[in-house]
Amino acid sequence: MDKRHWIAQRVAKELKNGDVVNLGIGLPSLVGNYVASNVELIIQSENGLLGLDGMANEDQADPDLVNAGGQAITAVEGACYFDSAMSFTIIRGGHVDVSILGALEVDQDANLANWLVPGKLAPGMGGAMDLVVGARTVIIAMEHTNKGKPKLLKRCSLPLTATGQVNLVVTEFGVFKPNTRGFEVLELAPNVSLEMAQAASQATLYVSA
Amino acid sequence: MKGILDKQQVADLFIDQHSVMVGGFMANGAPELLIDILLDSKLRDLHLISTDTAMPDKGSGRLITAKRIKRLTASHIGLNPNTGKQMFAEELDVELVPQGSLAERIRCGGAGLGGVLTPTGLGTLAAENKRVIEVEGQQFLLELPLRADIALIKASKADERGNLFYAKTTRNFNPLMATAATLVIAQVDEIVAKGQLEAESIATPGIFVDYLYCPAHQNQKE
Repeated sequence: MDKRHWIAQRVAKELKNGDVVNLGIGLPSLVGNYVASNVELIIQSENGLLGLDGMANEDQADPDLVNAGGQAITAVEGACYFDSAMSFTIIRGGHVDVSILGALEVDQDANLANWLVPGKLAPGMGGAMDLVVGARTVIIAMEHTNKGKPKLLKRCSLPLTATGQVNLVVTEFGVFKPNTRGFEVLELAPNVSLEMAQAASQATLYVSA
Repeated sequence: MKGILDKQQVADLFIDQHSVMVGGFMANGAPELLIDILLDSKLRDLHLISTDTAMPDKGSGRLITAKRIKRLTASHIGLNPNTGKQMFAEELDVELVPQGSLAERIRCGGAGLGGVLTPTGLGTLAAENKRVIEVEGQQFLLELPLRADIALIKASKADERGNLFYAKTTRNFNPLMATAATLVIAQVDEIVAKGQLEAESIATPGIFVDYLYCPAHQNQKE
């Protein structure tokens, strides 16, 4: 299993039956493929849907039904549609149980940066700032480094998406929880040692006694 | 609702306006035919309000590509490289707004509200030049109302009173924008008789809509 899929399947284990979940684009969107058969999620899509099912194939594609990336999707039976004010009432108002997003940087104070690299990349925050502030649990699903550069930091250097909102970080090296003195290691991936994970991180990693 | 217009009649409405809201989310539910007419008009240097700038050849992204926009208020511009290029070249003034805040600012503009207090964006660049207001010990950002001279929206069906129904995810920002502009034009796929829309399925009451544009309806009449 490649590392992105390992991360996705590990994040999926955090989800409980009945959870209202928002999946970000990219790696987080893979999480839906690994949810246990006895766990039924209500997947929210910020463009105006509760009850996203999966990507649509050519025969299923309906021009009136897309995800937040504009891609054709299918909806489950019992799905419902709404406008963007309702969508963010759901998101900001604490009605989403788990928001799963990618990140450029996360720091030990649970700060997140994932929307802007000044002078280089300015995609905009989209719904990310609202999701991170409003969701009950925020899980970051990301590769541990960016071309060898650490992303688990003492302090984010890029412009923040929100302060103090990240609950859990899942990378190909394991599961980490930000906790002011560093990142607590909750689990290491198979064949990964604490030393390997630490070497790829700028913040201190520690195992709770 | 004042009437159903043909292409020329819509074009005649674009005279000297400065700001335009364009519905759609990544161009899903975008009024592509009204955008065509706007592109044919003489309106330039517009302030565009749209949740994203879609892709270069789709939805509100086409107004960026054609360099008709001087100022942009949006939440996401990442899938239209032209927006970033014009921004970095300082040809386009871009205000990035969190998507939920954008929705609420437009809602405020249409709802007679002076603004909305949100925790979103606190401690980030999105809080720059905005007032922080404390309510019962919790901090919020004050986000101000947005209105525009024109709203171009898209619905799946209208009835003869201008009541609108939106299919699936095409609803997005369209009903919000319908409330927040001086001139509201809705492109619709189909116009049905009064009473033919299920009253409870109407997401935009016809009183918000100034004009309908529906080429299929025109063809039927001719």
